[in-house]
Amino acid sequence: MDLDPLILSRIQFAFVVSFHAIFPVFTIGLASFIAVLEGLAFKTRSPIWEKLSAFWTKVFAVVFGMGVVSGIVMSFQFGTNWSNFAQASANYLGPILSYEVVTAFFLEAAFLGVLLFGRDKVPAGVHLLAAIMVATGTFISSFWILSANSWMQTPAGTELRDGVFYVTSWSEAIFNPSFPYRFLHMGLASFLTGSFVVAGVSAWYLLKGREVEANRKALSMCLWLLLFIAPAQAVVGDFHGLNTLEHQPMKVAAMEGNWETSRNVPLLLFAIPDQENQTNRFEIAIPSLASFILTHEWDGEVPGLNEVAVEEQPPVAIVFWSFRIMVGLGLLMIIFAVTGLVLRAGGRYWRTGWFLQGLRFMSIAPFIAVLTGWFVTEVGRAPWLVYGMMTQAQSVTPSLTGGMALFTLIGYIVVYGLVFSAGVYYLMRVLYVGLEDRHDEDEHEAERPARPFSATHVPFEYSNDKPKKPANQGGH
Amino acid sequence: MELFDLPLIWAFIIGFGIIMYVLMDGFDLGVGILFPFAPSEESRDTMMNSVAPVWDGNETWLVLGGAGLLAAFPMVYSIFLPALYIGVFLLLAGLIFRGVAFEFRFKARTSRYLWNWAFAGGSTLAAFAQGAVVGAYIQGFETANGVYVGGALDWLTPFTVLTGLGMLAGYALLGSTWLIMKTEGRLQEWAYRITLPLLAGVLVVFGIISVWTPFVDDLVRGRWFSSLTVIWVLPVLTLLCAFQIFRSVRNRFEGMPFVATMGLFIFTYLGLIVSRWPYVVPPDYTLWDAASAYESQLFLLLGLLFVIPIVLVYTAWTYWVFRGKVRAGEGYH
Repeated sequence: MDLDPLILSRIQFAFVVSFHAIFPVFTIGLASFIAVLEGLAFKTRSPIWEKLSAFWTKVFAVVFGMGVVSGIVMSFQFGTNWSNFAQASANYLGPILSYEVVTAFFLEAAFLGVLLFGRDKVPAGVHLLAAIMVATGTFISSFWILSANSWMQTPAGTELRDGVFYVTSWSEAIFNPSFPYRFLHMGLASFLTGSFVVAGVSAWYLLKGREVEANRKALSMCLWLLLFIAPAQAVVGDFHGLNTLEHQPMKVAAMEGNWETSRNVPLLLFAIPDQENQTNRFEIAIPSLASFILTHEWDGEVPGLNEVAVEEQPPVAIVFWSFRIMVGLGLLMIIFAVTGLVLRAGGRYWRTGWFLQGLRFMSIAPFIAVLTGWFVTEVGRAPWLVYGMMTQAQSVTPSLTGGMALFTLIGYIVVYGLVFSAGVYYLMRVLYVGLEDRHDEDEHEAERPARPFSATHVPFEYSNDKPKKPANQGGH
Repeated sequence: MELFDLPLIWAFIIGFGIIMYVLMDGFDLGVGILFPFAPSEESRDTMMNSVAPVWDGNETWLVLGGAGLLAAFPMVYSIFLPALYIGVFLLLAGLIFRGVAFEFRFKARTSRYLWNWAFAGGSTLAAFAQGAVVGAYIQGFETANGVYVGGALDWLTPFTVLTGLGMLAGYALLGSTWLIMKTEGRLQEWAYRITLPLLAGVLVVFGIISVWTPFVDDLVRGRWFSSLTVIWVLPVLTLLCAFQIFRSVRNRFEGMPFVATMGLFIFTYLGLIVSRWPYVVPPDYTLWDAASAYESQLFLLLGLLFVIPIVLVYTAWTYWVFRGKVRAGEGYH
C-alpha cells in the first residue's frame, strides 16, 4: 500500500489539534468560573468561596500547563506539513497567530503568576484583578485563533495574487462572515465545558459526602448557569448553521446527509451515508423538518451534495455522524440543566443519587461535543483548506513523503500518549485529594520555585503512607 | 509608500530573539545535558531548582520566534520546517519531555529516576537538534521556486552532526558556568572541575567547524578570505572570551565564567551572521526575498513594539527576584 502524505498529514493534524483543543476549551470556561469565585470571595469574605477558588485554581494550573505544552507543537505544524499553505496565507495568518502568542505571552508574564501564587502575598483586590485578567486573556487568545480558523472557512478581506494571499482589509479579514458565530458558539462551549466538569466533580464529592457545603454551592452555581447557556447554545448553533448554509452549503448538505438539492427535505435521525453510491441506507426521518430548520419554510429548497463533483464533496459519514453526536449531547445537556431546576424544589438537586451519578458522566460530554463539533466544521470543509480558494492537496508540503509523515504521526501518538497520560493521571490525583486541607503533606513544596504545576502540592504517586522525604529536604 | 526597510527591522528583531533564546534556554538545556553526570541526587535537585523559575519563560522566545518567522519571513518558515521535518519533530519531542519532567520530577518519589532520564534525554536531544539546524543553515537548502525540494534526511550530514555536537558542548559549557554562578559547595566544585574540559571540547569542535565551513560554501569562503578582512575581529574576540573563561575559572571567579561564555556565544553567532548575510535561506534567498507583505510586517510590528519591552522588563525582573545562590534543600523564597 502506498502511504499518502496528504491523508497522513490530515490525520496527524486532526490528532494533535484535537489533543490540544480539549485543554483550552476547559481552561477558558474554568478561568471565568475562578474569576467569579474570586469576586464572590472578595465581596462576601466567606472562606467557602476562597476554598473553592483555591482548589479550582490548582486544577486550572495543571490543565493550563498541558495546553501550553501541546500548543507548542501546533505552532510548527503549518510549516512542517502544510508549507504551501503557510507560504500562501502567511500575510494574514502570520500576524494573527503571532498576536495570539503575544497575548498568551503577556498574560503569562503579568497575571498568571499572581493568580497561581499570589493569594496570600498580594492584596485581595489585586488577586481578583489577576483572576479577571487571566479570564479575559484566555478569551483574547481564542479570539485570534478563531479568527484565523474562520478566515479559512469564510475568507474575506484578502485577495489572492500569484498564489499568495494579500490583506486588503484587516477588519474584514479578522471579522470575516463566520467569525462572530464561531466565536460565540465556542465561547458558550467553553462555559458549558467548565460548568459540566465543575458540576461533575462537585457531584462526585457530594456522593462521597466530602466538603458538602462548598461543593453544593459550586454545583448550584453551575446548574443556574447551565439553565441559561445550554438552551442558548442550541439557538447560537442554529444561527451558526444558517451562516454555514449561506457560505459553505456543501458542509450543511453533508451534515444533513442530503444528496440532492430538493424541497421538503426530511430531517434524518438515523442513516448510514453511502458516499460511493451517493445515497443513504437505513434512513429514519422526520418529513420536511430539515427544510424548515434551514429555511424556516416547510417546502424550502435545501442544497444537496449533487451540486458539486463527487471529488469535491467532504467525507459525508464523518460529518453526518459527528453532527448528530454533537447535537444529541447538546440536547442531553439541556435535559440535565432543566432536571437540575426541577430538583431544586426542596433542595433535592444535591441529594439525588441518580442525578449526581448522571452529572459525573456528563463531565466528559462537553469534550466529546466540542471535538465532534470541530470534526463537523473541519472535515466538512474538505477538500478545501481555504474555502473555495485553496485545497488541502495544494497546501500540503511538496517534499513530504508518506514515510516521513507516518514516522512523525506515530511519534506524536507515542509522545502524547506518554506525556498526557501522566498529565491526566496527575489531574485525577489532584481531584482525588480534593478541597480538604492537606498541609501536612509536602510542606516543603511551598518553597519551590514558581512553575505552573507547583500551584498544586499533590504528590505524583498514589499512596497513603507518609511521604519519604529526600535527604536534602530534611532541614524543614 | 514603504517608509522603512521593514524586512531589515524584522531581521534585527528575529535575530535578537534567536540569540536571546540560545543564551537563555541554552544554559537550562545545558544543565539538563549535565544532569546524569552530577555528583549526587541532591545536586540534581539543586541543579533543577537553579533553572526551574526561568526555563519556561526562556522557551517562550522559541514560540515567539516560530510565530514571528511565519509572520515576517514566511519563506524561511516554509522551507526550514519541511527541510528539517524529522529534526523538528525530535526537537519538539525533546522539549516536551524535559518540560514535563520539570513539573513532575518534584512531585514524584518512586518514579523520580524516570523523570531524571526524561529531563536529561530531552535536553540532550533538543540541544543536538538545534545544533544540527545551525549546520543545515550553513549548508544551505535545495529549493525550486521558493519551495524545498530536497530529501527527508538531507540535513543529516557529517557536518551537521558536528554542529550538533558543538551545540551540545556549548550548551553544556553555558550550563556548567551557570552552575558556578548559582551554586556553592560540592556542586560548585564539580562545575568548576568540568568547565575547563568542556571549554577544550567546545574550542576543538568550534575550531573544526570554523575550518570546515568555508569549504561548505563558496560565498562564505570569499567573505572570510578575500573581501571583508575586518570581520576577523569576531573570531579574535571569541578566543579572548575563551581565554577569559579559562582565566576566571583558574581564579575561582563566580560570575565571570558565565558572562564570558555568553560572549563566546554572541561573537560566534555574529560570525555566523556575517558569513551568510543577507541570505536567510542559503544559497538562493535573501531576507528581502523571504519577507512577507509590507502591510503584514507593519501590522505585527506595531503590537510587538508595545509587548517586547514589557516582556524584557518582566524577564529582567524574574531574574532579579531569583538572584543569588541556590542552596541544597531549598528553592527560592
